Amino acid sequence: MTLPLYDSGMIAGLLAGILFGYVLEGAGFGSPRKLTAQFALRDWAVFKVMFTAVLVAAIGLWLAEAVGLIGTRAVFTPTLFFWAIALGGALIGAGFALGGYCPGTSTVGLFSGRGDAAVFIIGMILGTVLFAAVFEPIDGLYRAAEGPKGQTLMELTGLPTWVILGALVIMAAGGFALGNRCEQRFGGPLTADEVLAGLPSNRSGPADQGDASRLATPKAHEITAS
Amino acid sequence: MGCTAEAVDEKFLVMGLVFDPAQRNIFIFLNIMLSYMGNAMDEEEEMSPRPFWPPLLAGFALGLVLLLTFLMTGHGLGASGFFTRLTATLGAWLAPAATEASRYFGPYVQGNPLAFWISWEVVGVAIGALAGSISNGRFRLALERGPRVGANERLIYALIGGVLVGFGARLARGCTSGLALSGGATLAVAAFVFLVTFFAAGFLMTFAARRVWR
Repeated sequence: MTLPLYDSGMIAGLLAGILFGYVLEGAGFGSPRKLTAQFALRDWAVFKVMFTAVLVAAIGLWLAEAVGLIGTRAVFTPTLFFWAIALGGALIGAGFALGGYCPGTSTVGLFSGRGDAAVFIIGMILGTVLFAAVFEPIDGLYRAAEGPKGQTLMELTGLPTWVILGALVIMAAGGFALGNRCEQRFGGPLTADEVLAGLPSNRSGPADQGDASRLATPKAHEITAS
Repeated sequence: MGCTAEAVDEKFLVMGLVFDPAQRNIFIFLNIMLSYMGNAMDEEEEMSPRPFWPPLLAGFALGLVLLLTFLMTGHGLGASGFFTRLTATLGAWLAPAATEASRYFGPYVQGNPLAFWISWEVVGVAIGALAGSISNGRFRLALERGPRVGANERLIYALIGGVLVGFGARLARGCTSGLALSGGATLAVAAFVFLVTFFAAGFLMTFAARRVWR
């Protein structure tokens, strides 16, 4: 069991991040209109990408454990704090639907050139400050209904992993079929052309162009060796 | 045991932060790459956008990236943790006493924020997104908004949405990346509780504020 490497260094972070950002951008997740079209049932890319990714990684981890590549409980598994996670999830869902992003996709949006993503990020910083300010008064809520440490669906239900994975695959297939039908009915998924048609071109003016090169290219003097 | 003068000579400064010599090559590499992408953008900005990946292909690729991350690091991908560190760092800079006294930020204040995996990962996300959007003709400096919403209104919604997400991610101890995606891959109960309320509230908010995006 040589894996996981437990290497949380700079190279591992950059590598994982670059691939993560590239794939999210490729999926169209730098566009808040595409992301929020999920909740209007018009574009099911958020559900499809997320569910597929969860299943691929979950099946991969299960197989890696089955063949002895990794040990049992080798990877970090979050613990349930029922009320904090249920309420926090609802706030993120509501904020996502209104603001157009989540933390990861706001970074993708910003680095696809979206100015609204920068304002969303400022909002996230303010929200974090607000949380820190009320952290002590809401301590009870923050820790309420704590589940067993790193509890999995298998531990909750007593079912073997393959049954859980099978059930999730069936749910995904059902969700995809429902999604495809909704997409046909509500105007279809947003394409890159549709998303960008509503946005100004980079060549719309000299000011825009100047901003573009400033955003993308750090000047040599910003990196100095002494 | 290098002498002090040599150690200082070999230190590498970026925006006032001190790095090991070993980290220097990475910065030079990143700088060259960003310059290259800047040039590519100037040349290719007239290019019509390439289509997005089909969702199943993107989902499969994302799953493999997530699996690779688990095998490398023992944990999944994240995002909101970086913004917490960023906020703590900004706080330590603007209001050092209040930030260190804060029971929440206190533990975050110690150390250079770039010494943490999540910071490098988010720097990577930025590079990956920039490389992807530029090389596929999808980079646009613009505000993206619904057809019925003006620019100022869009920014107000972005700010309020950001506040809700920033607060919610601290309460839930994670976000769509760290809790739903990465926790989901470990089949954690926490991830599925999050996903249920996340989608339910997303649908409710969309229903209540239909005009924002349509």
